[in-house]
Amino acid sequence: MLQLTVARRKMLWAYIFLAIPIVFFAAIRIYPAFFAFAMSLFDYNPLAIEQPYVGLENYQTLLTELNKTRSVTRAAFVNTAGYIILGMPLQLLIALAIALMLNEIRSFAMLFRLAFFLPFVTSTIAISWVFRWLYQPQFGLFNVLLKAFELPQQPFLNNPKQALASILAVVIWQGLGFAIVIFLAGLKHIPRVYYEAARVDGATRWQTFRSITLPLLNPSIVYLVVLQSISFLRMFAPVLAMTTQGDGGPLNSTTTVVLRVYREAFQRLNMGYAAALTVVLFCIILLVTIFQLRVTTRRTN
Amino acid sequence: MSSIERSQPALSLQRTGLLRNNSDLAIRILAYALLTLLAITMVVPFVWMISTSFKTAEEILFPHFFPDSPTLENYSFVLTETALPRWYVNSLIVALLSTVSVAFFDSIAGFAFAKYQFPGKRIIFIAFLGSLMVPTEMLIIPWYIMSVNPPVGGTWVDTYWGIAFPGVITAAGIFLMRQFMQGVPDELLDAGRIDGVSEFGLYWRIALPLSLAAVGALCIFNFLGNWNAFIWPLIVTSALDMFTLPVGLQFFSSEFTSDWHLVMTGATLSLLPLLTIVIIFQRYIIEGIALTGVKG
Repeated sequence: MLQLTVARRKMLWAYIFLAIPIVFFAAIRIYPAFFAFAMSLFDYNPLAIEQPYVGLENYQTLLTELNKTRSVTRAAFVNTAGYIILGMPLQLLIALAIALMLNEIRSFAMLFRLAFFLPFVTSTIAISWVFRWLYQPQFGLFNVLLKAFELPQQPFLNNPKQALASILAVVIWQGLGFAIVIFLAGLKHIPRVYYEAARVDGATRWQTFRSITLPLLNPSIVYLVVLQSISFLRMFAPVLAMTTQGDGGPLNSTTTVVLRVYREAFQRLNMGYAAALTVVLFCIILLVTIFQLRVTTRRTN
Repeated sequence: MSSIERSQPALSLQRTGLLRNNSDLAIRILAYALLTLLAITMVVPFVWMISTSFKTAEEILFPHFFPDSPTLENYSFVLTETALPRWYVNSLIVALLSTVSVAFFDSIAGFAFAKYQFPGKRIIFIAFLGSLMVPTEMLIIPWYIMSVNPPVGGTWVDTYWGIAFPGVITAAGIFLMRQFMQGVPDELLDAGRIDGVSEFGLYWRIALPLSLAAVGALCIFNFLGNWNAFIWPLIVTSALDMFTLPVGLQFFSSEFTSDWHLVMTGATLSLLPLLTIVIIFQRYIIEGIALTGVKG
C-alpha cells in the first residue's frame, strides 16, 4: 500500500515537472504546425474580413507556377535545389579534407581549429554584408586582388550567372567549422589499433583511408549530409543580405523557397499560399529524415 | 586533456624512429602549408572588415590594409547616430531570457524523462522530439498570427517575450539533458528520498549539480543561437527600438549600402564581443559541439 502511494507520488511529480513543457510544446510547436497545414487550405489574408476555404487551390497555384518557365516560385525551387546539390557535397568534401589534415598535425592544432570555427559562430547577417563589400565591383577586395594579378574583373553578385555561386561560396565558407568539428569527433572515435594494424600490413595511405577511415566515419557523414542538406534547404538570411533590397536577384537568380515564403506571407500577406510553400518544405525535410533513419537503422542491423 | 593524451603515442613513435618514412614528414609539411593557406582565407574577411571600419569614405576606395589616417569617426557615428547600442541590449535581454528558461525547463523535463516512470511517457517524449522535424519557417506564420492576437495579454509584436517565446524550451535540449541525467545514479536519489528530500529537491540539489557540464554546454549554444537568430525577430519586430542586433544590422546596412566604412563598422561592432567570448571559451564550445552535435 505504502509502495503504491510512493509510486503514485513520483508519477504525480513527473507530470508536475513536465506540465509547463507539455503546454509549451502543444501550444507553440504542435498546434501551430497543424495550423500551418490548415492555413494552406484557405485564402488566408490576415487583413481581410473573411478567410475563404479554397481546398487545394494554393497547391494547384504552386504547381502551375512550377510549370511556368519564368515564374519566381520555379526560380526559388530550382535555386534551392542548386544550393543543396552543389553546396552540401562541396562543403562536406572541403570540411573532410581539412579535418583529415587537422588530424595529422600536432602543433598549432587549436589555433587552426579556432580559425576554421570562428565564422560558424558569428552572425550570418554580419558575414553576408562583409562579403557583399568584398564582392563589390572595382573597389571590393576580390576585384582588387584580381586586378593585382592582372586577371579580368568579375561582377560576382551583380551577374545572374555568378550570383548564386558567389552566395553559395559564403555559406559554404561559414558552415565549414561545424562540419569540421563533427568530422574531427568522428575521427577521434576510430580506434588507433586499426591504423596500427593497417601499418603492419603495409597498407598505403589511400588504402587506409578507403577501407578504415571512410567506412568508420559513415555515421558522421550521414549525420552531416542530412543536417547540411536541411540547412541549405532553409537558406534565407544570406540571400536577403547579399542581394539588392533582398530581392533574391539579379533576375531571381538567387532567390530561395524560404525567401518566397517571407515575401508572400509578410509583404503580400498571401499567407495561405506561403503556408502551402512551408508544407512542401516540411515534406522534403520529412523525406530527408526518413532517409537518415533508414540508413542509420540498416547499419545497426 | 584528450588531445594531450592522443598526442603521446605519435610523439613516442617519432622518437623511437617508428615513423614509417619521409613521406609522413612530407605529408605533414603539405598539411601545414595547405591549412595555413585555408586559415588565411578564413581570417582575411574579418581583417578586411576591421580595416575598412577605420577608413574614411575616401579611403575605402584604396586597397590599403592599414589605413593611412585611421579614424574613429565611423565608430562614434554608428554608436551615437544609430540605435545599435539599443539593439545590443535587446539581443542581450532576449538571449539571456531564453537561456535561463532553457536551462531550467530543459533540465527539469530531461530529469523527468530520465528518472521517472509514468503513463504516456513514450508518447510525450516522441511528440517533443517529433516537433524537431517541423522547420521554424513553417511555424513563423502561425506564430505571427498568434503574436498579433495572443491568448494572454495584449499584442506580443515588438515585445521581448514576443521575440523570445519560440525558444524558451527546446526539444534538442530536453533530449540532451535526458541523456545526461540518465547517468545520475538511482541510489543517490533514493538515498535523498530516505533523508526526506522532496522530489523537486532531488532535481535541484542532486541531479542538476551533477549535470552542470551539460547545462553549461546547452546554455552556450542556446545563447549563441538566440544571439544570431534572424528570421523570427525580423518578423515579430517592426519598431526600430525593438530590433535585435542581426535585424538592426540588416536594417542599418540596407540604409547605408555603399557607405561601406559605416556598414563595416556596424559589422565589426556586432561581431567583436562575440568573437572575444568565443576565443576565450573556444575549447569548451568546440568540445561541446563534438559532444552534442548541436547546431548553434
